Formats: sequence, structure tokens, C-alpha cells
Amino acid sequence: MSSELTNVFAAKMLPQRELFSPGHRACQGCAPALVMRYMLKALGPDTIICNSTGCMEIISSSYPESAWGVPWIHVAFENSAAVASGVEAGLKALMRKGKIPQRRITVLAQAGDGGSLDIGLQAISGALERGHDMIYLCYDNEAYMNTGIQRSSGTPFGASTTTSPAGARSFGQSTWKKSLAEIAVAHHIPYVATASVSYPFDFMEKLKKADAVRGPALVHVFAPCPTGWRCPSELAIRLGRLAVQTAAFPLYEVVNGKYRITQNVPHLKPLRVYLESQGRFRHLTDDLIDELQQGLRERYAALVAKAEASQE
Amino acid sequence: MAPLPGWKDLPPGCPIQEPLSARNNLTGSWRSARPIWDHDKCVRCGVCDLFCPEACIKPDHEGLYQANLDYCKGCGICAQECVTQCISMKQEEE
Amino acid sequence: MGTRIGKEVSIGIAEAAMMADVDVVSAYPITPQTHVVEHLSELVADGHLDAEFVPVESEHTAMSTCCGSVAAGARTFTATSSQGLALMHEILFIASGMRLPIVMAVANRSLSAPISIWNDHGDVMAERDTGWLQVFVENGQDAYDHILWAFRVAEDHGVLLPIMVNFDGFIVSHVVESLEEWSPEEVRRFLPPYDPPYRLDVDNPWTFGPVGIPDIYLETRKAHDEALLGAKATMVKAWSELADVVGRQYYPVEQYKADDADIVFLSMGGISETCMTAVDELREAGKKVGLVRLRLWRPFPFDEVKAALGGRKVIIAIDRALSTGGPGGPVASEVKAALYGLETRPQVIEFIAGLGGRDVTVGDFKQMYEKGAAVAAGGPVPGYELLGVRA
Repeated sequence: MSSELTNVFAAKMLPQRELFSPGHRACQGCAPALVMRYMLKALGPDTIICNSTGCMEIISSSYPESAWGVPWIHVAFENSAAVASGVEAGLKALMRKGKIPQRRITVLAQAGDGGSLDIGLQAISGALERGHDMIYLCYDNEAYMNTGIQRSSGTPFGASTTTSPAGARSFGQSTWKKSLAEIAVAHHIPYVATASVSYPFDFMEKLKKADAVRGPALVHVFAPCPTGWRCPSELAIRLGRLAVQTAAFPLYEVVNGKYRITQNVPHLKPLRVYLESQGRFRHLTDDLIDELQQGLRERYAALVAKAEASQE
Repeated sequence: MAPLPGWKDLPPGCPIQEPLSARNNLTGSWRSARPIWDHDKCVRCGVCDLFCPEACIKPDHEGLYQANLDYCKGCGICAQECVTQCISMKQEEE
Repeated sequence: MGTRIGKEVSIGIAEAAMMADVDVVSAYPITPQTHVVEHLSELVADGHLDAEFVPVESEHTAMSTCCGSVAAGARTFTATSSQGLALMHEILFIASGMRLPIVMAVANRSLSAPISIWNDHGDVMAERDTGWLQVFVENGQDAYDHILWAFRVAEDHGVLLPIMVNFDGFIVSHVVESLEEWSPEEVRRFLPPYDPPYRLDVDNPWTFGPVGIPDIYLETRKAHDEALLGAKATMVKAWSELADVVGRQYYPVEQYKADDADIVFLSMGGISETCMTAVDELREAGKKVGLVRLRLWRPFPFDEVKAALGGRKVIIAIDRALSTGGPGGPVASEVKAALYGLETRPQVIEFIAGLGGRDVTVGDFKQMYEKGAAVAAGGPVPGYELLGVRA
């Protein structure tokens, strides 16, 4: 069954309880806010969230109102993985020493693409390497949206942002999107996955797997930002889907080093259908679109090869 | 919003002690268009609820979906994603 | 009473943290702090301490991890020095603003550049306004006692603030001293288990570290300031309890042969021990000189400073850090601020001494005394002097 059909048949099977409440201050059509909602539906109330500074922090915790129905802590921008390391270590010690009751509690750190791929990368690497039993979640909207759409190392080639603007001598972002999942895989952790807000059941399933493993797991979830991508708010989910179908953001998981593509796309759609409704790509020439498409397809082919090699 | 505490009444470190209290913040005023369901065409699949970033679309006792307009920001995702295209966005009056 | 034993001060500090039964230690190695955390990791490895030792990839992460573990309800200890403390800078404000009672031993060391592993107070003075409680110790016993005392103070429900226990790098940290260790019974009497009033708790899901809108930020600052100022009473009470248990009495400001002294040295940290020798020798030579030592740095003990220094003729203030391009030394600046409102103000002369590990000898103190005596005799008050600097 395709994921699109899964959505239709399974939507009502979601837990009804909302642990991320309405009244949050995210923009219209904010897909990262939807990530928060799915995340807690997948993980449930026995979860502690360590949130980096960023969109999801600022829209959910404006004193005296909180959107969170689970214990939540924000310390700074670059350190949610480090804070989660401490929470995990603290709970482990307290339970072992009998100071609090034994109980399965999920510890999750999260940040956006800037908080993960740029400023938070060292803390993530440290946490993964040390083997804490925790989940790291990156919600990727492909730029520093909270501060006003500045480029990050998660911004795709060709995108115009406020610090990689298209101009007479610039076609926008001139570098290629950094792969957080591959960096995580290089830490030899038990579970790594990419996911998309447009495939919610796949995403929630991956979070449950991430939760079930002992040790660190990382989930990199794609989450369109209509404000930053300069597109109509109603297209957020459609764009997430097109990103998968054009290989702009493939969905896969790596379990103990074995790759598996979780959303196979035998016939990739032309990249143009993904780019055309987004203002951030509006300036791209045909040549640049071809270059971007070719680069993405080469990366996808390499991923397919890894998945095939993993089956041998 | 209730009056904010003075410094003597702040709990140390200023945590928010009431979970899910963002519900007090009614974001419906941001909306420029509202979703309208044609319930004759609705198959009650719940995809509108599934993809609502505000978690504000819920079924009524008959299983028919409605947006809580206290929170609906009018993003239009529900109308875009609806399988039977039974949701239309209607401009709010001035 | 515990046993008396010769021990390196850093090892004593680690063992004091063990006696406090810490749950989490998170630290990154930096000279001269290393022996503290090496020994803690050994204590964990050998099963003497049941704790999670989190060997992090930076001091920024060490402090962030401490924030997480304290917020989870765990008694938490770390140690650092110099560049490591500087790397923690951002998170220090957050630890105190969120009122997370972390205990941190700081082996004081100078800051780069040029890189220097040797002792002064430049590292901690850069963190003066981070909203942490800060005390300075002078020797090994003092350091050992103050680790246990720091947990007692920081975790007090009326305080709930992180605390730095400053001990001088090498000149205190690496010295072997005679140390009286506490017995488990003494620790039990003095230090209750950490009982956090609230923590990250799935049955009580609070939101910690929210966005402070302009309508609340100011109140959080006021509450934080009052918490620091108010902590002094708890500190004094805990010192008195410590005296009841182990018989050693500490105060925010302490004096040595200063009762009748017109001229007093003012110092903070390990250098005070050399100064005491100088005072002894000057006293033998008939000089009415004494020493006032600051133990408590944050909250600044205004009343005790005024009581100890008001009425003197000349104060010879010794700083171990330089406020570059500013008023000289931070200790002298604050002492002057404390004395400004007095009707008759003592003269204050300032020496910035021992930067980057430069030796400060008994002879140096005697020279400082001569300059103080010249001012007492009506001479002009010189500006601050970097002791021993070559022209």
C-alpha cells in the first residue's frame, strides 16, 4: 500500500490525545509544528523533550503558556544533545540507586537544521559516540527560519535565502545539503532514519523503532516551511511528498549499519514539479535546475546502491 | 491572559507549571480564510485531522470533521490534502 | 572524626564529591583540573562511587550535561579551569537563571593569549556576573570542606543556585597537604540527600527554560538577584553547621592578626597563605599590619567587608586578575565600591599580583607593605601596579 493510501485508512488510528496543544505560535502551515504533534503521538506521555533554541522552542514556550504536555527543557541553541545526555545520565543514576522508581522514560533531544547540522553538530556527535539511550530528532526546514530565513548547511543547492541571496553574481546557495543521517551512521549507532512530515505513519514508525533500540538513535525529518520557502501555506504537505518523489529528500533507515529505502521511488518525478511553487527557487535557470536534479539523482543512486549492498 | 506574577511569586527558574496552557492563546484571530466542509462528500477518513498543524480539526459525534475556529489559522492544508476535496477555504469577512 | 592523611588537594576534592554521593559527574579534561576528574572516574570505575561519569567532548557540553542531569533531579558535580570555564560561559548564565544547583570546582588558571596553564584568577573573574554563587578556598582542607558545604548550600530550597568553589591551579590543586577527611556519619549529619523541589517529571510535566517575554524577564532578574543576595544567610548557617560537625569555622570574610592593624592586606584564595607569613614577619618587626581575606565573592559580602575594612588607614588590595583597560583589579574595584559610602574612607592601593603563575613571595608582600606605609604617612596614593612587571 502506498503511504498516501495509508494516510487515508489509518488516520483515525492515531492516538487521539494531543500532547502538543493548539494555541502554539507557529506560522500558518508550519510543518515542523506537525512534526511535534506526530512525535508525541508516537512516543506518548512518558517522554522528556530537550529542545534547542529555534522555531519549535520559541513558538511553544512563551511564558506563561506552554504547548507541551510532557516535561520539556530548553537550555540553549547548540546543546540539546548535551542536555539530553545529562537527563539520560541523571535518570539512569537515580533509578539505579533507587532514588526514583524504575520506569521506561524516553529522552529526546531536538533541534532544527541549523541547531543540528551547524551549531549543534559537535554536541550531537558527542552524544551519539557516548552511546546515551536517547533519540535525536532534527526537524529540517532547510534554513534558519526563526531568525529570518538565513542559510544553513541544510539549505539545498540553489535556494535563495537572506544570507545566500540570488543576485547578479549569485544563484543562491552554492553548496550542497549536508547529510546528517550519514554523519550519524558514521557513529555506528543502532538506528538512523530520514523521515518526512508528509509520510506521518512512516515517521511515527521510525520514531518508535528509534525508541525501542537501546542506545542512541537519530531521526532526520523533513518539514517544509511555507514562510521561508515562499510558497502557499497549504502546500506544506504536498511539497514534502514531492521532495521524496523527486529524490530531493529520500526516505530511508539504517539499522545496525544496514540501509533500507523505506519509500522506494522507481520513477523519480522531474525536480521541476517540486521547485516550481517555491519562491526560494524561482530564480533558477534551466541549467541550474538540471545541475541540481543531476546531483540529487546521483546521490539517490548511491543510496540505492547502499541499500542493495545491504541486502547481499 | 491572567496577570503575571511579581518576582516574589515566581517559582525559581521561571518554569511554566501548567502543561498545554498554550490553549489559552486563541490563534484563530490570525485567520484570513476558514475551511468549510461539504459533509455530503466527506468520507470521514480523518486526513484533515492528520495533517492539521494546529491539531484543531476533530470529528463530532457523527464522525464529521470540523475545525475549532478558536485555533484554526486558515493555512488550508486540510483543503489541499482532503482526499475527496470536500473542504473549501472561504475568505473571512472584514 | 574522620582520618587525617597526606593527600593531593585535587584528589581530596574528588573524594569530597564522592562523599557527597554525587549521581552524575560530567567533565572535560583541562590542566590543572585533570586530577580531580581523573580520580572521580577511577572512583566510579573501582565501584567506590555509584555515579554516571559522562566524559564529554567539550566544556560547553559538560555544563549543558550538568544542566540536564540536575534538571532530572540528580546531584551533579563538575570541574574545570581557564579556557574550559570560558567555553562554558554561555551556559553558566542559563544554569543560574534556571536555578540549577550544580557544584563546580574551578582550578583557577590564566586565560589565553598567550596560552598559559599557570595560576591566576582571570578565568573566574570573567564569569563574575554569571549569577553563580562563588567562593574561594585557600588550602586542601578548605577545599575538601567546601565541596561538601557547596552541595549543602546550592541545593537548599531557599537557594537553588549553582556554585563555583575556586581553588588556585597548581599552587593549591597539585599540592600534597595534610587533610582531615570526613567520616560517613559526619557527612550524613551535615548534608541531606538532594531533594529537588521540582524536576523533569513525566507525572508533572512542567516546561523549563521558557521564552521570557518582556513582561516577565525583569521579574526573573530581580528574583535571581534576590536569591543570590539572600543565599548569604544560608551560607553562614551552613558554615556554622559545618563547625558543629567537624569543628572548623569559616566566615564570608576572615581576618588574620588584623584587630589593631592600621594597614591591612586584602587577598582572596591561596595567596593568602604566603601573605600570612609576611604578616607574621612584619609583626615580628613591630609593624601593625594584618590580613583580611575574602572567602565569599558572590554574593559580595558588603556588610562584612565594611566591618572588616572600615576604620583602617590603608588597604593593600591584591588582585589576581586584571580588568584590562579598566579600573585595575576586580577585587579592589568592588571593595572600593563597598567602602564608598563610609564617612571616613580608607585609602586603597592596588596590586595585580601573580598573573599567569608569576611567583609572589613573602618579600613581595613586604614591599607592598612599604608602599602602603608611605600612603599611611600621608604620601600620594599610587595607581594600580602590576607587581613585578619588567619595564
